[in-house]
Amino acid sequence: MASVTSATSPRAGELTAGPELTAGLRGFREVQRLAYACAEAVAAQLKPGVTERTAARMQREWLRERGVRDWFHLPFAWFGDRTAFVNFRVPLQFFPTHRELEPGMAFILDMAPVYQGFTADIGYSGCLGLNPVHDRLLADLEAHRELILREVRERRPLREIYEDVDRLMARQGYANRHRAYPFGVIAHKIDRVRQRRWSPTLFGFGTQALKGLASDALHGHRDGWSPLWSPYTFSDHPPQPGLWAVEPHLGFRGTGAKFEEILVVTDSKDPQESAFWLDDDLPHVRRWQEEKAA
Amino acid sequence: MPSGAGAGAGAGAGAGAGAGNGAGLDGVGLDGARERWVRTGGIELCVAELGDPARPTVLLVHGYPDSKEVWSEVARGLADRFHVVLYDVRGCGRSTAPKPLRGGFTLEKLTDDFLAVADAVSPDRPVHLVGHDWGSVQAWEFATVQRTEGRIASFTSMSGPSLDHFGHWIKKRMARPTPRRAAQLLNQSAKSWYVYMLHTPVLPELAWKGPLGKRWPQILQRMEKMPEGDYPTASLPTDAAHGAWLYRDNVLPRLRRPRADAYAHCPVQLITPTGDAFLSQRLYDDLEQWAPQLVRRTLPAKHWVPRTRPDQLVAWIGEFVTAKEEGDPAKQVVASGPHADRFGGQLVLVTGAAGGIGRATAFAFAEAGARVIAVDRDAEGAARTAEMSRLIGAPQAWAEVVDVSDEAAMEKLADRIDAEYGTVDVLVNNAGIGLSGAFLQTSAEDWKKVLDVNLWGVIHGCRIFGTRMARRGQGGHIVNIASAAAFQPSRVLPAYSTSKAAVLMLSECLRAELAGQGIGVSAICPGLVNTGITTTARFTGVSAEEEKRRQAKAARMYRLRNYPPEKVADAILRAVVRNQAVVPVTPEARGAHLMSRFTPRALRALARFEPRL
Repeated sequence: MASVTSATSPRAGELTAGPELTAGLRGFREVQRLAYACAEAVAAQLKPGVTERTAARMQREWLRERGVRDWFHLPFAWFGDRTAFVNFRVPLQFFPTHRELEPGMAFILDMAPVYQGFTADIGYSGCLGLNPVHDRLLADLEAHRELILREVRERRPLREIYEDVDRLMARQGYANRHRAYPFGVIAHKIDRVRQRRWSPTLFGFGTQALKGLASDALHGHRDGWSPLWSPYTFSDHPPQPGLWAVEPHLGFRGTGAKFEEILVVTDSKDPQESAFWLDDDLPHVRRWQEEKAA
Repeated sequence: MPSGAGAGAGAGAGAGAGAGNGAGLDGVGLDGARERWVRTGGIELCVAELGDPARPTVLLVHGYPDSKEVWSEVARGLADRFHVVLYDVRGCGRSTAPKPLRGGFTLEKLTDDFLAVADAVSPDRPVHLVGHDWGSVQAWEFATVQRTEGRIASFTSMSGPSLDHFGHWIKKRMARPTPRRAAQLLNQSAKSWYVYMLHTPVLPELAWKGPLGKRWPQILQRMEKMPEGDYPTASLPTDAAHGAWLYRDNVLPRLRRPRADAYAHCPVQLITPTGDAFLSQRLYDDLEQWAPQLVRRTLPAKHWVPRTRPDQLVAWIGEFVTAKEEGDPAKQVVASGPHADRFGGQLVLVTGAAGGIGRATAFAFAEAGARVIAVDRDAEGAARTAEMSRLIGAPQAWAEVVDVSDEAAMEKLADRIDAEYGTVDVLVNNAGIGLSGAFLQTSAEDWKKVLDVNLWGVIHGCRIFGTRMARRGQGGHIVNIASAAAFQPSRVLPAYSTSKAAVLMLSECLRAELAGQGIGVSAICPGLVNTGITTTARFTGVSAEEEKRRQAKAARMYRLRNYPPEKVADAILRAVVRNQAVVPVTPEARGAHLMSRFTPRALRALARFEPRL
């Protein structure tokens, strides 16, 4: 198996499980926590009448105030049936619109900040007031988090895991909305990003991060793997060591829900250490634990 | 049930009300009803009560030319939950007529009657009004005039518009007659022929007391498919003759000068029969501006719904009244999905509901507010469908585990459903399996399996549930999921296509048979739809490994085609609403359907093509 070679990615030795994370992983975890804190802070301020654009700007400003200068991608916000990507045809529809939030509406906040050279890409699902369908979707996402981790540890080809996730969604009665993402990806690799004084974005994506992804794609193409986890043949290979931002996205008749967080894949022989979620102290995980406790 | 005298004692304190026991006076009336007379303005109104007077009062007002007995089925259905009150409108049934008749039937006087009855039967609580035909026309007056404010908790209207709203409706169309508006006006004026007739003096009375009165029961049975029973009553000729004054006293004055303030001061439920010969559905287009809290329902039936669709009315009235009584704003009476006005509260059974088209159909009906029974062999999948259905709008949903090819099990299921949930309003025979392979390589065993599920499953469903539907005699709809393969021959799907062609033909035959009973039958021919059928489809004459490969390949092809089952579900609901006979859904199914009719030879030539799998 190819080990991690890219200069900007964490070194293979940094990728170990257990409570003692290496400095590299701690950096990623910190920015992931920062992003989720931002999502929770912004979600708490959402009220009826707020538009997607306002919500996206609130995320951007919150993170900017806390030192974020570069992005893997700029923050998105989707409200109502846009959380299920209803009638999404072209990628431009991902960008925030003037759609206003209404009571009972589901929403998704999605952001990928770069902080001190570390990237995270997170998705936060919530709803304004009561929405039993949304609650159900969110509860059903837990099975997907478990399934993905289990099958990655089994070193199943990514394409197969993708199809298993799809099958589980179909059994649950849902449509897979991650298929609407560019290349239908359910996950993509993330890496360290070199910090520059000027960090422009291109169609909402940070150019530095895109450069990293492109170079991964180039290296991967030579070695037979891809930094994009898709349903296509180019993803027909075992999980590649590194950090993957995984985002299974459920859709059910105009309501969508997803989580997105970092999965660490190493080349360790020990199954426990070969793959693990970077952080188990995230809003959706806490929510599942609280539900179980109650 | 409490005796008439006892129940009347407390409520009879209202002004001008006189209690009396009318049982056995002239042999008409409702079984088990307590009768009394209410005196108002020189008239004695015959009032019948059923149910516990402590419960919310539902007041049923009859139309023309009816008497309160038109409600007997509905009243019986409501009596176990509510205090049901009916009265004969002045001049009808056993109520006395005003003297002189002219000027005695104005809406003002009818409002006096209503208030007297309401005060007598429910002095301290507002009543829930239900009106049919002229009963509804009157009740619109009650619900929009000031002096009844606080006396009406809710109003369910069927086949009777407010004359004031009607007047404004006509004026609006006369003032700016766009082609569409002119057509609406012409349509309604053609339907109102009898209103002009009733304005001629004496002749209507003579007709009713002569031949028309004698023939009326047969006319109703023939035109309205009215079941036999205790209606019409013997008083029909006099009821109809007196009732002509309802039109003469009110129609022209109100249509000429409609009130400008005819706003309903209570929540309104509007039930519109789609086959009403006398009233156009378009009459109610602007009703939201007059009735702020309006709930719309549509019913595929003719004019006399209290007789022909009592169960549906009982369900809707019961639901509406209960929601208003509980006053829970979070509880929506009508679901928000498409066709909610049509399917709200109906009982829908879907077979093969654990996935694919069946599941999507169950969800679509759930969004329309129907009660859903999800049937499948896969218990877990069916339970999941039922559970999710409840989340998106089904007031109730159940999962049932049955193999549709098992006749005895289907019989048992039907008995249980009948006993526990009632008669199925819409049946969707969707369960089916796929089988691919050349004819000569298809074993008898394979044939049997496919026909057992795809054909016998549908036969059992239609026969067992259709019988119950027909026996109830209150309409319904059967949807059979055939396939584009039903009219598209193919060398790779002989058994599957045969089973589906049989389903298509059986649906069309059954449609002809049940048309007279208000039960529609539709055959849906979806085409290539992205469902799980490909992964479970059998391929004959190949090894297990090759079969698996072909399943995966077929699944991939269907996925690439990516026609969602949700769109088929939408087509199914539309087919039921429009009572369509054969519905090809995907573009390729529509194309094949056209070819089968106009260029069958080309379709046969295509059948020789063997797709590479």
